[in-house]
Amino acid sequence: MYPTRFRYEAPRSIEDAIALLRDGDGEAKVLAGGQSLVPLLKLRFAAPEMLVDINNLPGLDYHRVDPDGTIRVGALCRHADLERSAILAAKQPTMAAAAPLIADPIVRNRGTLVGSLCHADPQGDWAAVVTALGGSVVAQGSAGRRAIPVADFVSGPFQNVLAPDEIAVEAVIPGPTGSPAGGYLKLERRVGDFATVGTAVALELAGGVVTRAGIALTGVGGSTINATDAASALVGGPLTADAIGRAADLAATAAQPRTDHRGSADYKRHIVRTFVERILTRVTREAA
Amino acid sequence: MSSLFEEVVEEPAVQVPVKRVSMTVNGARRTADVEPRLLLAHLLRQGFGLTGTHTGCDTSNCGACTVLFDGKAIKSCTMLAVQADGHEVTTVEGLAGPSELHPIQEGFKDEHGLQCGFCTPGMMLAAKALLDENPDPTEDEVRWALSGNLCRCTGYQNIVKSVLWAAKKLQSQQPAG
Repeated sequence: MYPTRFRYEAPRSIEDAIALLRDGDGEAKVLAGGQSLVPLLKLRFAAPEMLVDINNLPGLDYHRVDPDGTIRVGALCRHADLERSAILAAKQPTMAAAAPLIADPIVRNRGTLVGSLCHADPQGDWAAVVTALGGSVVAQGSAGRRAIPVADFVSGPFQNVLAPDEIAVEAVIPGPTGSPAGGYLKLERRVGDFATVGTAVALELAGGVVTRAGIALTGVGGSTINATDAASALVGGPLTADAIGRAADLAATAAQPRTDHRGSADYKRHIVRTFVERILTRVTREAA
Repeated sequence: MSSLFEEVVEEPAVQVPVKRVSMTVNGARRTADVEPRLLLAHLLRQGFGLTGTHTGCDTSNCGACTVLFDGKAIKSCTMLAVQADGHEVTTVEGLAGPSELHPIQEGFKDEHGLQCGFCTPGMMLAAKALLDENPDPTEDEVRWALSGNLCRCTGYQNIVKSVLWAAKKLQSQQPAG
């Protein structure tokens, strides 16, 4: 299989990249890791007139933590960088848990977190993680830079709100006020398959009390589901067995799974409940 | 390089500028004029005649087309040839020395790490990337590192043994101290 013909440009500066996208007038696509885009091109689900390869742009392969705890992930930071990250291992348990579960090890060497958010696959992992963490995407275009909360960034399955001349340059995870806890669990039929169910839980704890909670689900709806009721049920109290059970039930209620070859709707709902319970129980065990 | 697209008949001959790319493949400088849509796997196979790189599923699932790109394992069916411009690529043909097999190849031979052999080039390059980073992996670490490579014959048992065999051999070749 091979893609339709396209013009290929590999600019060396972000300004040149934006100018090319402006010229493309909506018919140009940004190529970063390419682990979703290239298969789509080959299957001819996508047939852009121009590809703007941003792999030669300097200074986008970072991930770092600011003094206030804000985590920033550049557009060319690969999943494998995050999997091996000492920063995430020390500071961000939900992201640290998700990174090794993205696709397979070889895909992780190329694919990027920011590209995954842009691709906006309803079964993507990072969108759930970043949603649970209340993160945002920084876009840069002719009109300057703007930060877009990830909930607003994804406008539908495989759709985002980027203007034709905008590049998503960074994902931002706000610094925690309490101590961060949480995790990510994913059920897949085999390594590299799409998530049957993915569940991201991100908490902040202070003195044994949950001060912030985010729970987001992937694979069980037309887009990433932000299970706000489930998260709210945890805030303001300790992680008791009752609170955990309530949050798990509410998350299962928030899921909108469909029966397909990966499992029945009831089964997937059951997995959501189990995953939320499992992550939260693990948090209480680690805190003890 | 137009011969690579001989089979394309249904499309009008749109004028797309051909790009000249240069890369180091198995230590040798290679240059080619390619259409931007040409995949790296196809350039290696049809352009450079390095048919050890297999295209299996062609959908980024199976890992048969795995090569090393600047030392990291990547799926060459999921990268454009133009993206390799200025980079270093290692294919299975680059593993062996002039007179002897690479220890990973020896391991696959000694431990019967292949049956039909289709997945083997990708397996060996994924194994090389692992051993370059982690010379003394556990069995679990080998299984984890190869989880993006599918084999339909072996059940993986002997592949894992082969990689562990190679790790031992490579370590024994390290100068002591």
